[in-house]
Amino acid sequence: MSYWTLSLTLIFVLIPLLLSKTLNLGLGRDMTVATLRSIVQLLAVGYVLKFVFDSESLLYIFLMVALMIVAATHNAQKKGAAIQGIIWKIAVTLIFVEVLTQGILIGFNITPATAQYIIPISGMVIGNSMVLSILFLNRFTAEVEDHQDQTELILSLGGTPKQAIHRQLINSIKASMIPTIESQKTVGLVQLPGMMSGQIIAGADPIQAVQFQLLIMFLLLTTASVTSVFLGYLSYPTLFNKRMQLLKG
Amino acid sequence: MSTQYKPALHFQHVDYRIGDTEILSDITGSFPQGRITTLVGPSGAGKSTLLKLCNSLISPENGEIFVKDKAIGDYDPVELRRMVGMALQSAPMINGTVYENLNLPLDLQGQQLAKEDALELLEDVGLKGDLLDRKVKELSGGQRQKVSIARTLVNKPEILLMDEITSSLDRASKLEVEELISKINRKYGTTIIWITHNLQQALEIGDYTWVMMDGQVVETGESSLLEDPKNDRVEEFVKGVVS
Repeated sequence: MSYWTLSLTLIFVLIPLLLSKTLNLGLGRDMTVATLRSIVQLLAVGYVLKFVFDSESLLYIFLMVALMIVAATHNAQKKGAAIQGIIWKIAVTLIFVEVLTQGILIGFNITPATAQYIIPISGMVIGNSMVLSILFLNRFTAEVEDHQDQTELILSLGGTPKQAIHRQLINSIKASMIPTIESQKTVGLVQLPGMMSGQIIAGADPIQAVQFQLLIMFLLLTTASVTSVFLGYLSYPTLFNKRMQLLKG
Repeated sequence: MSTQYKPALHFQHVDYRIGDTEILSDITGSFPQGRITTLVGPSGAGKSTLLKLCNSLISPENGEIFVKDKAIGDYDPVELRRMVGMALQSAPMINGTVYENLNLPLDLQGQQLAKEDALELLEDVGLKGDLLDRKVKELSGGQRQKVSIARTLVNKPEILLMDEITSSLDRASKLEVEELISKINRKYGTTIIWITHNLQQALEIGDYTWVMMDGQVVETGESSLLEDPKNDRVEEFVKGVVS
């Protein structure tokens, strides 16, 4: 794509800007900032990726992945402020999910251990894990607050904290996984996934693009389930003290 | 409080606060074993907080609580809560049938309540056996409250805490529950601590009473004290409630 063609894509920014101005939506400033940020961030990432791919250094791959985990943790922790030490719990979860998925991919020789594969796949895994963490924490904190009487009922009948919070934990894990499962049910019928579309546009064989997309989708299913279960089981004990009392946020 | 009975529960200079707000202040006194003691007082007096301290759902800021002469902190919380049962005004239920709710205390211990025992419990609380497979959401307020009490009895508690369990019931259900609690007290010798806003109920059912105001116990004694309070604030409260 030439720079002239690339600049023509700004038409797709002008349309919403015009709509915002005509209808007084007041979104003009936000859309301009979002556009400028995406241009700067993506160009910067493009140059960084080119540098990392050319260098073929494992240290740079590690630093890139570490940066993704730090940024994702910082973003997700805001939703779990009520849970003690949530920042470390999210970081540990993201690291665990990344090590598990890359371990399987590289260990079973599914993808090569090169920057070209590790970085984009890590980006998808960590990004998805971050969204799952936010969905889980959002639901879990609401469930704990809304069903405090149920939790205290089970504690008062001689149940343990794990028994007292079980229903809320399972509901939150299920709710956070639903979007991933539902989007997989309609994939190919309603939407073509971004990565697959990108490969096809870049001239790849559609069947090969589909194969890669299947790999990513299955990977994201593992990411979704492991993230919510792992984060859930790390989080619930901090809602109670050693006298098995529910701590109020 | 009377000295002729052993204390089932004893509070010694207990304070409880949430943040900077003092909820309970310097609570000292005993609940006699095998007797019914009512807790009365205006809303916000700290009665429900005091009840939660009794089965360690919360812990005091200062002071000591003794359950059967042993410091509450020395009990395993699970063991303590099976010994000190609690029934709430809202009678919270788990989704499912009456049987599933009655089975809950044993299910938490990895055991199962025999159907015959479940039927006996229902009979004990004055409910018919055919309710056993009924969904709890189909029950009336009175039936729910009775199931809640029956469920608490599964653990065979020595002390039973009850928080305004009759306040949302109609007159007939209220009388049935009162009779039931008296029966449990007589049949099993269970110590009952009962929060009520109904002073007539406190007089008729309770052996003893604690009058609480602004996080403090202002007067204790036999329930008849409510007919002739010594404390001016209690007298005002009694008149206010009665009128």
